[in-house]
Amino acid sequence: MFLPRQIERDAAGGVRLHFREDEVLLLRELLAELAALLEDPDDPALRRLFPPGHADREREEQYRSLVRDQLVAGRSNALAAVLDTLGRETLSPDEADAWLRALNDLRLVLGTRLDVTEEIDYEELDLHEPQGRELAVYAYLSWLQEQLVEALGEG
Amino acid sequence: MNTIIAPAEVEVRAPASEEDVEHERPWVVIVWNDPINLMSYVTLVFQKLFGFSLAKATKLMLQVHNEGKAVVSSGNREKSEHDVARLHAHGLWATMQQD
Repeated sequence: MFLPRQIERDAAGGVRLHFREDEVLLLRELLAELAALLEDPDDPALRRLFPPGHADREREEQYRSLVRDQLVAGRSNALAAVLDTLGRETLSPDEADAWLRALNDLRLVLGTRLDVTEEIDYEELDLHEPQGRELAVYAYLSWLQEQLVEALGEG
Repeated sequence: MNTIIAPAEVEVRAPASEEDVEHERPWVVIVWNDPINLMSYVTLVFQKLFGFSLAKATKLMLQVHNEGKAVVSSGNREKSEHDVARLHAHGLWATMQQD
């Protein structure tokens, strides 16, 4: 079901992008949705982005007050960097890193809403089933992220 | 050749209170398995955040995947919270606890 590669390593340590216009539009829409959700970081839809670090309630509150704003800002900045560079043909290593985190955030929010498991066979998706289209979008984002990880990894 | 033997320093300390002992016990940072994060992504994040080799990062990722969790770092509370926050920034499901 998958398209040709959209993301490849380039010689300068960054990555080269080859997106069709409809893919850029889809990504822009998804990123805008996530940016809107991040306006209220306590939205339950975002719970997977801010998991607890401590089991102990008091320590967790201390941890949260310490890092929460930074985590929200980091996510917003990564999203903004992707929106800024969507449509470009190359990304610097720093921009590619923002893409990596923003794509993962999209997958975390969508995957949590869809309650995905490790057993779903994305080759056998039925787009007419409830959530079929959303699962296809999730699989598409996973494919992009896999390519990006490969482009940034060793080897 | 002279050998200089420094006088032994004797430190007089009150016995540690229970709170001190708890304070000093090291913390471990644990990454838990989840169905969303890609195996290749988790490996890359371990390399990036902790400077692990590909082999070590892959081994830890497989431990998370196969056993449900793995300890990825340890240290005092401050360092561990820093590590947990960096893992959370990358979307990994991380917690910390005292060893």
